[in-house]
Amino acid sequence: MRRVHAFHGGVHPPENKAQSLAAPIQPAGIPPQLVLPLAQHIGAPAQPVVRVGQAVRGGELLAEADGFVSVPVHAPTSGTVSAIEERPVPHPSGLPAPCIVIDTDGADAWAPLAPLPEAERADPTKLRERIQGAGIAGMGGAGFPTAVKLSPGPGKTIETLIINGTECEPYITADDTLMRERAGDIVAGTRILADLLAPREILIGIEDNKPEAIAAVRAAADSDMEVVVFPTKYPSGGEKQLIEILLGKQVPSGGIPADIGVVCQNVGTAVAVHEAVALGRPLVSRVTTVTGEAVAHPGNYEVLLGTPMGWLLERAGVDSERARRLVMGGPMMGFSIPEPACPVVKTTNCLLVPTEAELPTPPPAQACIRCGLCAEACPATLLPQQLYWFAQGKEYDKLEGHNLFDCIECGACSYVCPSHIPLVQYYRASKADILARRRESEKADHARERFEARQARMERLAAEREAKRAERKRAAEAKAKAKAEAAASEGAGGTDDAQAAATADPIQAAIERAKARKAALAAGTAGEPADRLATLSANVDTIAKRLAAAREKLDAYDGGEASVAEALKRGVEKTEEKLARAEAELREAREGASEEA
Amino acid sequence: MSLLRITSPHAHGPLSTTRVMQTVLLATLPGVAALAWFFGPGVLVNIAVTSFFAIAFEAAALKLRGRPVLRTLDDHSAVVTATLLAIALPPYSPWWLLAVGAAAAILLAKQLYGGLGYNPFNPAMVGYVVLLISFPVQMTTWAAPRGLTAELPGLLDALRACFDPASFDGATMATPLDLLRQNSDQSLAALYEATPQLGAWGGVGWQWVSLGFLAGGLWMLYRGIFTWHAPVAMLAALAAMAALFYDGGGPGSGGSPLFHLLSGATMFGAFFIVTDPVTSAVSTRGRLVYGALIGVLIYLIRTRGNYPDAVAFAVLIMNFAAPFIDYYTQPRSYGHARGGRP
Repeated sequence: MRRVHAFHGGVHPPENKAQSLAAPIQPAGIPPQLVLPLAQHIGAPAQPVVRVGQAVRGGELLAEADGFVSVPVHAPTSGTVSAIEERPVPHPSGLPAPCIVIDTDGADAWAPLAPLPEAERADPTKLRERIQGAGIAGMGGAGFPTAVKLSPGPGKTIETLIINGTECEPYITADDTLMRERAGDIVAGTRILADLLAPREILIGIEDNKPEAIAAVRAAADSDMEVVVFPTKYPSGGEKQLIEILLGKQVPSGGIPADIGVVCQNVGTAVAVHEAVALGRPLVSRVTTVTGEAVAHPGNYEVLLGTPMGWLLERAGVDSERARRLVMGGPMMGFSIPEPACPVVKTTNCLLVPTEAELPTPPPAQACIRCGLCAEACPATLLPQQLYWFAQGKEYDKLEGHNLFDCIECGACSYVCPSHIPLVQYYRASKADILARRRESEKADHARERFEARQARMERLAAEREAKRAERKRAAEAKAKAKAEAAASEGAGGTDDAQAAATADPIQAAIERAKARKAALAAGTAGEPADRLATLSANVDTIAKRLAAAREKLDAYDGGEASVAEALKRGVEKTEEKLARAEAELREAREGASEEA
Repeated sequence: MSLLRITSPHAHGPLSTTRVMQTVLLATLPGVAALAWFFGPGVLVNIAVTSFFAIAFEAAALKLRGRPVLRTLDDHSAVVTATLLAIALPPYSPWWLLAVGAAAAILLAKQLYGGLGYNPFNPAMVGYVVLLISFPVQMTTWAAPRGLTAELPGLLDALRACFDPASFDGATMATPLDLLRQNSDQSLAALYEATPQLGAWGGVGWQWVSLGFLAGGLWMLYRGIFTWHAPVAMLAALAAMAALFYDGGGPGSGGSPLFHLLSGATMFGAFFIVTDPVTSAVSTRGRLVYGALIGVLIYLIRTRGNYPDAVAFAVLIMNFAAPFIDYYTQPRSYGHARGGRP
């Protein structure tokens, strides 16, 4: 028997699971319309590949994955695409998002399913492609693309595969019924995941309040899979907490389980993987618990993705008069749904419709008396009351110093707070503030770097200009001096010396020649435009020839000395510049000529 | 369907601040009953009158501060402060003493700092210390316990003592802690022989009062109102100090560990004052340090200081240190290396 470890904190809210466990999983049926959000997962939204008006069959691709951290969306049944537009979706932000709307035809015609051939199941890449291609994202509630979690990256070996059947949130029984009724599928999916990751051990973790599920999974499990049972406590099902319970290890702050050789997958995900690989069936439905005192027939329903929540609630016999809130997920971490038109998505493990008496509207918050119950309840061993204090004062450095970002937002602190302070809400807001500030400061840093680089460039250019100016000045002085000397020696009687000086300085001579040419050009400007054009075009031809020669030289040079190659290259570049200048001059002159004409 | 839009968690535990305060009030009952039995009904009048003043001051302050009066009074914290202060004061105190104490506790120590949860110092102890320093005569006059006086005052006497102090003349006696301080030249055995009010362990009456508060405290512990760390650390540290300096009960002895545990305000302080969450350290390790240092200070002030009892001073001194202790005892968060500092 494996020793299970305890994690710090945790709470024991009333479980309220019996209500939805009376009946087995029942199909919810096909609603007249399905609304499929393009982002039912964490990551980039899928890209639609269907047009409005197009007929689709069940299992056909509606939208493809956009990148690595993304999954596609498939048609849950047959019908016609009636719209691709923004619709209300279940998201904590409450904002509408792009959805593909299908008017179902009730025939439930399916495209032929293609199981992954046995031969390809040994290939991890093929398996991952299939799992991503089937649109599978974590079904425990977070919705992280499963294939990404199954790609731990080079250098990371997975020691332990954990299948999470904890389901610690009150009210929810979707995983419980799945384990009772489809333990075989869970084990088959686990086998595929194990083949993919080749872990040293495979653990299936279940809380001790699900004896029937434990028995069913134990009966179905292979000999190398260990079903580990541990005491019921919220939030045992949190990935980090479950790892600590089963292995006594903690995931480093800011890291992922793969960093310590662990991959965690939900039991629902295991079933989806099994169906995708063995049956070729993409993820188009899921088990959703519908419960709460305001529904007449609480239970677990096999729901097509995209089914409007309101339609499902009608089927479960909701009493809209008594329904006070609609929560997707459990009472601890679920979020309120603004309107029942929102569809069921891949992460909808539960729809909770409590009455006011069942989950009363919270009273106004009282002052924090620093009782410390929150610190005792915190599974991340934070000091929630200190965080609350800092959050009120917007002391972001202290918040980060007190490890705000290790908060998993499980709600245990708010649950125990005698003053009814919405602590988690403060942490969420503070996290958002800090992230926004980080982005701002990154932007500012970027802008500052660019400004500084520009400043440096401008300074460098100015310095270069200054150096050139100084050079020219020196040359001019030298020339004046030479002239003066020449004049002096001429005065002394004799031009030979001056000529000798000119030949002695070939650079000076070249400069003189260039000056003379320029002067000639300038003279041309003053003269006939036709002459000038001829001169300019001859100039362009000369430079072009020179460029060709320089290029040939560069190509011919076979390396050897890097500095020589560099010099040749510079020569080519310079000539190119000159050519461009000459051409521009010629163009200008032509335009000027045509204007004059 | 008109749907409520609020953030998670949607469920809430059964505990409320009001319930916490009510539990504290109920937990004082055994100790208060013992006080009333051994020293007469003076403590009951103390509690009633102090509570009246405390509520009046709290309501006035809330009104002046523009806070919701009735909703805030409903947290019962003013009554708890008043009750704890009234228990600490000598029975048969005059009304003006109680009024000044309530004013210091509620107005000075609590509302001036921003009300419940924002006060750095324990309000009841601030009230007590203000009175002790301002009115030493009244504050060091304790009634004689049952069995050592001919007749205990009745309820009418207690009311007269409160509202017409001049007309009341009850029997008074030095408290056991006073006796020990004033007779440090005698051996403990001789002292116990000479003074009947020292009783068997912590003083006639006092030991039962202490056990009453211990019972109330254990009940609160069972109800999960606070954790064991601070009170147990305080009692253990006090007992350890007493044992260290017991010296076989000779003339220089400060009293036995049992005497220190069962005399004066030890048990009351450990379970009703040291456990005040607002003014104590927060983490479990922090509360161990906080409690232990209070225990050490109580012993030092009792045996080396100028005042007979020391709970109030020790607690106030450690209130100063609580944020400092918090800083150095931050627990290791999940996924962080051991010994990480902010």
